[in-house]
Amino acid sequence: MISLDADIVIVGSGAGGGTVARALAPLARDGLRVLLFEQGPRLDDHEFTGREIEMADALYEDGGGFLTADGTMTLAFGRAYGGSTVVYTGTSLVAPERVIRAWDVPGLSHDDIARRAQIVMEENGVHLLEEADLNENNRLFVTGCARIGLHAEQFPLNLRGCVGSSLCNLGCPNLAKQGTHRVQLPAAEREGVEIVTRAEVLRVEERAVVVRVHEKRDGEKGRPSEWRPGEYRVGAATIVLCGGSIGSSALLLRSGFRDRLPALGQGFTCHPAHILVAEHDHQITNDVGHPKSYFLDRSAEEGYVLETCMYFPFVTAKNLTGLGESHARLMRAFPRLQMILVLAIDHASDGNRITVDRLGRPVVHYKLARGTIASLVRATRTSARIFFAAGAVRVHAPSARPPLIEREDASRIDQLVTERHFLPGTISVSAAHLMGGCAMGRDPQQSVTDAWGRVHGIPWLRVADSSLFPDALQINPYVTVMALADRVAEGVREEAGTLTAAARG
Amino acid sequence: MAPVDTALPSSLQAPFRALAITMVPDAATLDETAWRDVDASIARALAKRPAAVRRQLALFVRILDTLPLFRWGRRFHALGAARRARFLDAMQYSPIPLLRRGVWGLRTLVFLGYYARPDVQTALGYRATPRGWTVRR
Repeated sequence: MISLDADIVIVGSGAGGGTVARALAPLARDGLRVLLFEQGPRLDDHEFTGREIEMADALYEDGGGFLTADGTMTLAFGRAYGGSTVVYTGTSLVAPERVIRAWDVPGLSHDDIARRAQIVMEENGVHLLEEADLNENNRLFVTGCARIGLHAEQFPLNLRGCVGSSLCNLGCPNLAKQGTHRVQLPAAEREGVEIVTRAEVLRVEERAVVVRVHEKRDGEKGRPSEWRPGEYRVGAATIVLCGGSIGSSALLLRSGFRDRLPALGQGFTCHPAHILVAEHDHQITNDVGHPKSYFLDRSAEEGYVLETCMYFPFVTAKNLTGLGESHARLMRAFPRLQMILVLAIDHASDGNRITVDRLGRPVVHYKLARGTIASLVRATRTSARIFFAAGAVRVHAPSARPPLIEREDASRIDQLVTERHFLPGTISVSAAHLMGGCAMGRDPQQSVTDAWGRVHGIPWLRVADSSLFPDALQINPYVTVMALADRVAEGVREEAGTLTAAARG
Repeated sequence: MAPVDTALPSSLQAPFRALAITMVPDAATLDETAWRDVDASIARALAKRPAAVRRQLALFVRILDTLPLFRWGRRFHALGAARRARFLDAMQYSPIPLLRRGVWGLRTLVFLGYYARPDVQTALGYRATPRGWTVRR
């Protein structure tokens, strides 16, 4: 094993790691050695092809099909230079005040998060799409909502030069989405932060990490690692974990921190989601244009959020309930399909948690609570009404049996879509908003870090990602992750004076 | 580790294809080359999973092929299309969670093998391209 030293080590390059790297870049410019390890590869621009399986394999953990322990839900999270910001849709929302208040983390205020979020959104070029760039899949959602008395809101998006490929979730092939791989990481590298890709952090030791750098295998996308393949022990005065809810929790668990941090891995939430589909009697523009331009926020009132979406054929097929001819008929109607993503607001509970297996790999234990299922069913009913109000001839509702509801049955939605038909293992449920595991709080028995991401009792170790959330955020999380990561980086900077002085000799 | 070009032993080829065609009736039109592509796609996906997953898949295909013997006296792959569909429908809504999850997992692999094919995506009318609006206005 090769041993070397750095001043600051960052683990992960997504919304958290990218922000921390950018914020600490001036320290690198001043002579500190700031290293960032990313497990995934660094792709060249031409490698973003938009092809479904090829890109999913290259950019997601388990190709986007990471399964929970009981196999009833898939979790999607990125694994590349830029982390999940490479594969999100760029939806940029500020955390709701009521959620931050309910988190009740001493020292964390909504004002501070909102202020930092505004800075992040300016840096990322967040704006609303022009009317002319909206496709019919999105317009129909707005129309359907309006016809049943609901108000759809437009998503602010972090795009520059978007041509509407609709391929955001496969990594934008036009370099338009302003993820950390386009904004924060290149800026940090220009100032001297060293980024090492294909670098899997095996464990955290006392003021050090052990890293395995992997070789690029034949046929894999991306550049070879910046470092020679092998194992390294890297000492550092400060270590900041930004591997996401699952990654950071699992890393600390396999490093043996569970005894010191009893809340480690607990409180996992994820906004469990369904993809709902409706068929129109004419073609609509759905596979061109930004896929997620509008949302309906019913989180406070009914425990769900609806978002426009458009997925690719395999993902769509997987998410439709059923099989055989009725399933195939809906797939053949692809150019006539309208889609809505339903997200339930779940809450931290004792049973839903992250552990590791005997090899140190993450295992996510998650059971849908009755309240969460009720939210999904309510959301499905509302979505069905929106679809029919927008003119759909039939709606695919997973929690109906059979799942197809014809227009003439639209008045019976409440009877057809029920919790009784919600059958885990038959219905596809997936999640991409992975939160918790290293929750902020005051009590070391109930939380893992303080309000500045400093791990209780371990002053050299910090966390800066969505694992900090003590409960579900109830909106798309990346802006809040970046705001929190900026706070964490500020704390590191404040304590870096002595490091800088030492570096300057 | 199983070779990457096939996920299942050859003895399970007929049951697997019968299951796949029941899940995706359009797959009946695939020729031998296309079936090999489907097999290879599934094998590639499974190659990243623990070996136990491949063994579970093989076992589950065998179970699904055998269960109809008790009801109709024939294996799944020897049934007619209507009975195959009825049987799989019952399995996907089974009160036994393990059976439901098994069918869900198998159908996911079949859909991966079939719906990720570029020719199939084109036939469905899926037209997404990196050039987006510039070629669709």
